[in-house]
Amino acid sequence: MEHIISVTVENKFGVLSRVAGLFSGRGFNIESLSVAPTLDPSMSQMTIVTSGDERIVEQIVKQLNKLIDVIKVVDLNESEFVSRETALIKVHTKAEDRAEALRIADIFRANVIDSTPSTYTIEVTGDPKKIEAIINLLQPLGIKELIRTGRVAIAREAIRPALSQPKKIARE
Amino acid sequence: MKLTGSEILIECLKQEGVKTIFALPGGVVLKIFDMLHQQKDIEVVLTRHEQGAGHMAEGYAKATGKAGVCLVTSGPGMTNVITALADAYMDSVPLVCISGQVSTSLIGNDAFQEADNIGLSRPCTKYNFLVKDVNDLATTIKEAFYIATTGRPGPVLVDIPKDVSMAKTEFTYPSSVSIRGYNPTYEGNKWQIKQAAEAIMKAKKPILYVGGGVVFSQASKELLELAEMTQIPVDMTLMGLGAFPGEHSQSMGMMGMHGTYCANMAVHYSDLVIAVGARFDDRVTGKVSEFCPFAKVIHIDIDPTSIRKNIHVDIPIVGDCKAVLRELNQILRATVNGNQKDLRKPWWDQIREWQQAHPLAYQQEPDGAIKPQHVVKRLYELTKDRDPIVSTDVGQHQMWTAQYFKLARPNRWLTSGGLGTMGFGFPAAMGAQAAFRDRLVLCVAGDGSIQMNMQEMATAVVSKLPVKVIILNNRFHGMVRQWQDLFYEGRYASSYLDTTPDFVKLAEAYGAVGLRANKVGDLDAVLKEAIATDKPVVVDVPTYPYENCYPMIPAGGCNHEMILEDPPDLKQRMAGAPSTGSDEDKDTILTA
Repeated sequence: MEHIISVTVENKFGVLSRVAGLFSGRGFNIESLSVAPTLDPSMSQMTIVTSGDERIVEQIVKQLNKLIDVIKVVDLNESEFVSRETALIKVHTKAEDRAEALRIADIFRANVIDSTPSTYTIEVTGDPKKIEAIINLLQPLGIKELIRTGRVAIAREAIRPALSQPKKIARE
Repeated sequence: MKLTGSEILIECLKQEGVKTIFALPGGVVLKIFDMLHQQKDIEVVLTRHEQGAGHMAEGYAKATGKAGVCLVTSGPGMTNVITALADAYMDSVPLVCISGQVSTSLIGNDAFQEADNIGLSRPCTKYNFLVKDVNDLATTIKEAFYIATTGRPGPVLVDIPKDVSMAKTEFTYPSSVSIRGYNPTYEGNKWQIKQAAEAIMKAKKPILYVGGGVVFSQASKELLELAEMTQIPVDMTLMGLGAFPGEHSQSMGMMGMHGTYCANMAVHYSDLVIAVGARFDDRVTGKVSEFCPFAKVIHIDIDPTSIRKNIHVDIPIVGDCKAVLRELNQILRATVNGNQKDLRKPWWDQIREWQQAHPLAYQQEPDGAIKPQHVVKRLYELTKDRDPIVSTDVGQHQMWTAQYFKLARPNRWLTSGGLGTMGFGFPAAMGAQAAFRDRLVLCVAGDGSIQMNMQEMATAVVSKLPVKVIILNNRFHGMVRQWQDLFYEGRYASSYLDTTPDFVKLAEAYGAVGLRANKVGDLDAVLKEAIATDKPVVVDVPTYPYENCYPMIPAGGCNHEMILEDPPDLKQRMAGAPSTGSDEDKDTILTA
């Protein structure tokens, strides 16, 4: 089963190789991995998409925790979470396809971020299904280049049962 | 006053209480050696190979319980010490390895004797540091010792570029460090410990399965109390030997692939396995799916990743063995009602039956070839009063030593368990001898494995480390030969060592004492002479070459399905085999 693991690490050189080395050395999968500094520049946040049965994921979480540069590990699958991925898609467009490309982008609420007479570069953000869907629709037009960020994910904030001020409940 | 990086390093080592380091110089660590040369507090044992330095530091650490320290140069110095780091990592040995690195300006340029020390050591160290700024050096050394010796111990590498060892700064040594991503758990969960106590009270056929964690956390006293109070038999892993007195009536001896019959039967048929500081290694469990099929499992370990890595655990307790056992004993003391002996009688009756059915055994003819087990047994009997430290290499001789050398106390047993490193024993013994100059330190080796670090004989002689090496010389890689006899129809592919060197002459060439026992009748006298000699001694004992180590659980086999003696087809094949393995037998051996 697919698991998304959020890992807070020290923001220093060599940490990525320790995490990656742990996965390769123990034969765990990495489907995608994204890293960037957090609000506190001394730390980085990794989102790792991996897969395995319960025992393997338990080991992955424990082994990550064991790394000295790892500060916190959260298996997001244990609670509700939202995840997003961004893709940049460079589409080859003949004159007659240009309108169609824009229509598709529009349907997916994607943005055109670069344009030449023969290409559009489309930026789209969403869950993996949405990215797959737009890729499928753009493919017939001719995708010249595609780059995906891998997923980032965050736990949903728990909704507290409101007692005194019911009106202030967030909608989502 | 400002100090150079080299002086800071030495000051830090002194502050950590380091008395001895094992080292071999080279270009980028010359400044450090120059500074070591000008001080008296730290003794430098100059080894002949960096692997030797690493294993000596391991031996020192295992015997003292403190971190061992080795110092090597960049490039080949580093690659040579890797085996020792990997060995220490597998066996949780606290080690601080200082490696030299090319100057920071040259890193990444493929400079002379440059290697990516951090990349090379990452998978075989608990942690590693590259010190790029001399101002970070003191804190880094403090952190290195802290990480190496706390939690589940392990090797830590500190890579020091040449320019950092020469740069100057003010020296202050931090009195403590804290690392936000590293907080080992020492106290076990109280509720879980209570569950464990209840399970122990309910169990009819419990067994203690004790590993190296008990030795490292110095929990032998607590273990003895637990075992005696509850009348539970004690199985030890290879690494756990010495954690519980080997001659205690509740000791089952070693368990696992070459463990005793009763140790393996007891764990297989038990209804409660209490694993303490052990990690369910495949050499212990055999076929994992059929390991202790009738038992509930309690697992006490300081490393959470050890728990549920290989087998299902019913009551996991993450914590230091000593702290957890102490707490467990406290609960049990209040509940145990004094008649544990009666309560456990049926279980003990069964165990005694297993013990009597298949005790460890060998046949020594009074005028036949010397049996390797006999050498170990006599060595044990002749030295046990002197509370010796014993090291081994890896192979048949290691298993026989584990079986017949019944250690009474922890920190006397130096062996390579996890990695199975041939060449470990001799330097490890020297490391222990460097820590305890007055103790008797023995190394039981094979003729194959001793040659993997024989060069350290020079270190033993020059540094006056009077280790006694007993070579069980069967002219084979014995364990390989045993597997070939059992599973490869006796085809001795690359296991026959042919004319090994004359170890007596070799020892003498190094300036050590060489002795040989050719006959069973000579054995005691030769061993006694070796023990009485105040110099490094090599005792060469030609042994019966076809002796196999039993009991044996074939790899992937079940713990209660042990091979107890040569199978009939092997016996038949061996009927015409030569008995001594001497030169005249060579042709027969090769065509056997």
